[in-house]
This record gives sequence, C-alpha cells and structure tokens, in this order.
Amino acid sequence: MRSDAIVIGAGIHGCSVALHLARSGIEPVVFERSHPGRHASGVNAGGVRRLGRHFSEIPLSVAAMKQWWDIRGLVDDDCGFESSGQVKVAESEEEFEQLKSRVKKLELDGYEHEEIITRSELRERIPAISDHCVGAILCQGDGHAKPFRTVRAFYAASQRAGARFFHGQAVDSIERTGETWKVATRDFTCEAPVLINCAGAWGNQIAALLDEQVPLEPTALMLMISERLPHFCTPVVGAAQRTLSFKQFGNGTVLIGGGLQGYVDMSRRQGHVDIDQLAINARTARDIFPLMEKARIVRCWAGIEGVTPDRIPVISPSSTYPDAYHVFGFSAHGFQLGPVTGSIISDLVNHQSTELPIEDFSIERFTPARHR
Amino acid sequence: MIDDRYELLIVGAGPAGMAAACEAASHGVRVAVLDNQASPGGQIYRNVDRASDRQDRILGKDFVKGRSLVERFKQAGGSYFSDASVWFLDEKRRLGVLIDDKSYFVGADKLLLATGAQERPMPIEGWQLPGVMAAGAGQILLKSAGMVPEGRLVLAGTGPLLLLLAYQYLQAGVKIDALVDTTPRGAVSRSLGKLFGALPAADYLLKGLKMILAIRRAGIPVYRGVEGLSAVGEEKLEAVRFDTGKTGLKKLTDVELRADTLLLHQGVIPNIRLPLAAGCDIEWEARQQNWIVPTDEWGRSSDADIYVVGDGSRIAGAEASALQGRLAAMHASHELGQMDAAKLDALSGPVVKSRKRHLSIRPFLDSCYTPSASYLVPDDATLVCRCEEITAGEIRQAVQLGCSGPNQVKSFTRCGMGPCQGGQCGSTVSLIIAQQLDKPMTEVGCFRVRPPLSPITLGQLSEA
Repeated sequence: MRSDAIVIGAGIHGCSVALHLARSGIEPVVFERSHPGRHASGVNAGGVRRLGRHFSEIPLSVAAMKQWWDIRGLVDDDCGFESSGQVKVAESEEEFEQLKSRVKKLELDGYEHEEIITRSELRERIPAISDHCVGAILCQGDGHAKPFRTVRAFYAASQRAGARFFHGQAVDSIERTGETWKVATRDFTCEAPVLINCAGAWGNQIAALLDEQVPLEPTALMLMISERLPHFCTPVVGAAQRTLSFKQFGNGTVLIGGGLQGYVDMSRRQGHVDIDQLAINARTARDIFPLMEKARIVRCWAGIEGVTPDRIPVISPSSTYPDAYHVFGFSAHGFQLGPVTGSIISDLVNHQSTELPIEDFSIERFTPARHR
Repeated sequence: MIDDRYELLIVGAGPAGMAAACEAASHGVRVAVLDNQASPGGQIYRNVDRASDRQDRILGKDFVKGRSLVERFKQAGGSYFSDASVWFLDEKRRLGVLIDDKSYFVGADKLLLATGAQERPMPIEGWQLPGVMAAGAGQILLKSAGMVPEGRLVLAGTGPLLLLLAYQYLQAGVKIDALVDTTPRGAVSRSLGKLFGALPAADYLLKGLKMILAIRRAGIPVYRGVEGLSAVGEEKLEAVRFDTGKTGLKKLTDVELRADTLLLHQGVIPNIRLPLAAGCDIEWEARQQNWIVPTDEWGRSSDADIYVVGDGSRIAGAEASALQGRLAAMHASHELGQMDAAKLDALSGPVVKSRKRHLSIRPFLDSCYTPSASYLVPDDATLVCRCEEITAGEIRQAVQLGCSGPNQVKSFTRCGMGPCQGGQCGSTVSLIIAQQLDKPMTEVGCFRVRPPLSPITLGQLSEA
C-alpha cells in the first residue's frame, strides 16, 4: 500500500503526530506492534504538568498546556483532564531555598507559571499534608488526565481525520529507494515519502535501522493505586528531592508513582514490579501524607518507557536521511507533551521548520550527522 | 519467627498442603506452611479442630475425617504460620507474607502451592443484591460460626457442593424453601456412560445418592432444568425468578419464589493467582470449563521448582488432593537429597494407585455438572465485575471497539480493577471475549496478576 506518511508506534506521540499530520492533509499509516497505548502512554500516572520541567522542555510544555486547556476542542473528548494544579513540596528549608531559586530563574526567563507558596498556604490547600513540609512551589492550571483514555481519544480523532492504523504490526524492515520510504511488517508493506519514529522504549531500535545510534535504556516505571478514600487532596503532589507523584482521583482512589523503576522483561515486553523500590515510594508517600498509613493498596504495575542519558527526549529530524523524524525517549515525562509533539512534527513535515525551540532535543547529541 | 529461607515452602493448609507438610517433615526436609486461615484445614476442613459436637453432626463424617489429618499436621514438626496472607510472589520464588500486620520476605528452594479452589462465579441478573450469596460463603458461616440463614431460603445452581450444603442445612434443621437446579437438561443421563469408570469410587456415588434421597425425603420443592434464573428486588433480594425445563409433561414459565436468601453455586474452579504470579503456565480445560495449572505426575508445574497440587492445579477433591500433596512432597524430598530414587519409587507406588481410585469419579462429575453456556456467559444487562459495576454488555462493546483480550478490556472498562482484582470476574470476562471473537480461550488468555495478591496497607508496604 501507499500513504502520505508512515508513523511507527501508536502511543500518545504516534497518535498525536498522526492526528496533526492528518489534519494538515497528510494522511498517514500507523503501524503498532501491539495496540494503542499498550506501554508507557497508556499506563503512566497521567500527570499534566509544567511544574519542575527541565528548562529545555519549558517552551514546549507551556505550548502543550494551552492545548490541554482545550483538549476537547482538539480531540473531541475531555480525556479525563482536570486542572487541579500541581505542587512540589520542600521537606526542609534547604530544599525550599532551592525551589525558590528555581522560580527566580524562571522569572528571569520570562515564565510565571510556577509560584512559591508558604507553609501556611500549603496547609490551607492541602490540610492532610505532613507537618514537616516547609513550603512548596505551585503551578495552577496544571493537573492530570486519564492516560489510556487520552491515547484512545487521540487515536479515534486521528482516525476520523484520515489516519489508518494497523495493530499487531511490528516493523521488520525499513528501506529507502529514491525519495520513498518502504516499511515492511508481518502482514503489510507500505510506501510513503515521510517516516516518523514514535516507537517509545523501542525508538532506538527503529533509529538503528536508519543507522543512528541512541543510548536508550528501557525501564519499567512503577505505579500503585489505593482503595477508594474520602476526598482529601485536590492537586497533584510531588516532592522536591524525593521521587513522588501523588494524586487522588475523583473516584477516591489515590495513585502513587513518580518514576521508581521495576524490572523490564524485553523478550516478553512486560514490566515487573521491584517491591523494594516500591517500598521506598510507599515510604515517601506515607511521610508526606501520614493519613495514608492505613490505606489499602489495591494494585501495583509497571509500564515500559525509554530513558535517555540526559533524560530529555529526542524530537528531531533524522541525522542520516531526509524526510525522516524521531519522537521518542521522553524519559518518564512525555505524557503532557503529547499534544505538542504532533504539532511540531506536522510543522517540520509541512514547512521544514517549527516555531518552538527543539535544538536541545536533536538526535545529533548522540549520533553524528552523516546525511545521505 | 519466620526464617528468610526454607527448603520447602508450602502455601495453603488444606488437605494437599497439610499432607505435603507431614510427608516432607517426615523425611527431614525443612518445611514451612503459610495459611491465611486461623486454623489448619482449608475450605473443606475449615475450623475442624474447634468445631462443636453439633457442628460435627451437621457437617458429617467427611468433615470430621479432617481432624486426624489436622492432628498429624500439628505434630509433623514443620513450621506453621496461621493468619498469614501471601501478598507478593515473583518468578524467582520470592514470597511476601503478612503475619501479625507485618510483612516478611521468604525464599524457598522448592515452592509448593496448594491454594485450593474458589467458587466459579455465577453471574445472573440481580446477583449483586444483598441477600444473594455464594453457597460457599453459606458453608463458611456454618463451619466457622455455626450460623444458618434466616427467613425464606432458596438454593440455586448445580454441582455436588450445592447438594452437600442442602444436606448439611437439613441436618441443622434449616428449612429450605426451594432447590433450583440449573444442571442442563439431560446432563445426568448423558453422563451415565461414565458411571462404569467411576465404579472404583463407588463410595462417592453412594454419598451423592444418600444426599439426593435425603433432600427428596425432606420434601423440599426441587425445580429442574432451570433456565433464565434471576434475583429480583429493589434494595435487597425479594424473589427468585426462572423458567423450568420440562418436568413430566409441563414446562413452567415465569416462576417467582419469594426469598430472603439466595445461595448460588455452579461448581469450583482452581484458584490460579499464585501460580500465575510465580510465572507457571496455565491451560484452558474445556471439560471443566476453567483454567488449570498443568503439572507432571509429581505435581511439578512448568517451573520445575514449583509444585502446584490439589484443587489449585485441577479440581480433584479433598482425598485426591491430599495424595497429590504427599506425592509432590516425596518428590521434593528426593530432589532436596533426603530420599533416594528407590525409596521414592517404593513409597510413591501405593499413593499413585490410591489417587487414581479417588480421581476416577471426576469424569462422571465433570460431565454431570458442567454449567450450561447461558450461566457462564451472561446476557448484556448482567453485571460481570461487581467491584466496578461493569456489565457483560460493556465488555462486549469494548471487544467491538477492538479489544482482543482481557487486559485490554480492563484498560477500556476498569473491569477487574477493583479490590478483588478480577479474581471473581476473570474467567467470565475471558469467556465473553472468546465467544464474541470466536477464538480459543488459550489465545484470549486471562487477566495478568498484579501485586499485591492480598490487601496490604501503604504503611505495611513502607516497612516491607
């Protein structure tokens, strides 16, 4: 078959790229090895935050946030998004000072989305928070969404816009003849002028088929969820120095994660829980929310995600071939960026440029440019 | 206190687990048994060492028989931990257990899982109403507290346990207002051919006959070949509604019986959560319509260091389960260097023979009491996942949207995400998907098992 573009991977980024391309008149074929949202995209904590972002990611994150605020307009589904705010608490004066200097630095760069809140303001917002927390930074307008539902919404919207998806289709080979990409899977061969790699934790394997080497480590990021509890916490809560993402959903369940790693079984493509690491996560949650002591944990799981050495993604034209792009390696914080990566790739494909600064995400930081 | 590691670690102190522990300890193996009940016995001999004379009389000879095994088990010399709930198990045989509110991790050279059976879910319209219970729950109350239901009582479903419970209630002087039998029409007569094979276990047949005759003598109204069974009520159960098959010349439609308690049962199925967590292979057993954990003749699963015995591997009944436990323990003792091959041969021979006799009843029972498809795969309006209140219709809709297996359905619908973690609805969900996609169960698969395997608090996990 032929199409206008081939997207590899139907996670949040693959579906977003497919959506924005299709809306711009480029109707792609998407090959997905399993099913949409099977790995990190569908089972992550659903955090939608600008708070605490790597400085390189802030312009993208701010742009994405505007898309989240009108997510229904984008995909005709609210994706379970709730603008509950996010806070990052300091557990000592020293940590609080670090948070303050971060906010100052952001202000110098012209960003005002993060604000300092004092001990009493923190307590006012979240009475259940432990006494030892001395203050926090707050990002109003941030929040959380339902990850699997979000991927499904992007998937459905891109189909309506003209993208075609093929499930159970791992990529076997990629060839380039003249100006045409030819991608072969178990059941199909597709030709197209443009290729986009959105293969998540397997993104480096696809890149390798284009002679680009990226040191990507597959990790299993763990989460646990509690039984339903009476409402006690509105914003998503993180910690300045410890790994934590803590949120209570509307149905009362509490999701605890933040990026602690389990075991990856790449041969079966499954993530497994590392119970010792999970205990560390549980301790952090209990320290910051003492009332969680007696809460029953219902389920723990781990989703597979690719992590780069500098922990920021690859969002980049290929360093070896024209008309090829990479979008992977989000290192456990790619969910919020989902809407904007599609816009960026659509701009690159249509106009060979984007208004957002993506130089820091170039694949050439790992693999030298050898244009063919 | 509990050690870090044992040569043989047994989960479950029912017939299989107790017999295995006695056997292994007698050969000098360092063995520990973890069990989530307050006293040994499993479901069948629950509370047997504390039961009153009255309970003995009600529950009968087969129950009292467990007392000698419990006595032997208590004196066997291994370590035994009651009220111990296994909340974690991985493929490296690392096991997390809660004892007295504290979590411990235990390792094992050989692991023996004897976690028994659970009741097969019977998803009918209205089964979520207060007043509707599993028959097994009724029996637990009888065994542990001598409690019996009050008000109008209806027993419905199929299988030996339902008859047994009816019989035990009769002994307890409980009035049963009706027995509603959903055994498919003609199933018993079609199974008569299997009776010959069951002759070595004639004692089982006689026991069954005795129960049936007692129920008949008591004059309990019995409705046979029942279809379209549903529980009706606003806030709680008020009535049971159904059609009957042809009894004699007439077929009754829209029968409605007033009821305060409805006890449902359609057989038991292996509880495979621990074997799944440990990474053991499973298989769909079409004759019994449930998942089993296939093992070799010694009870070894696909992981040679993990034995899965008793009803937790494949429904076998108490006596055969105990014998399987012994065989597995003998083999483990041999592997652990406590017994040479000749002794293993000599000791196991008679046990194998005896087990074969006890198992000979199974083909007849399976054939008689396999539930009909309409009670395994409910219609759209019926709740399948009671924790998250997901209907069969919602599951079918998710399949229509492209879900090809239970784990995808879970992501789509939240089915199986509640406190029971799909333990109750799992096999129903897989059956619905298999039927709709016309695919074999083995291809459809089952819910992945996620820790914790039993409830644990955040505080306990923090200290783990």
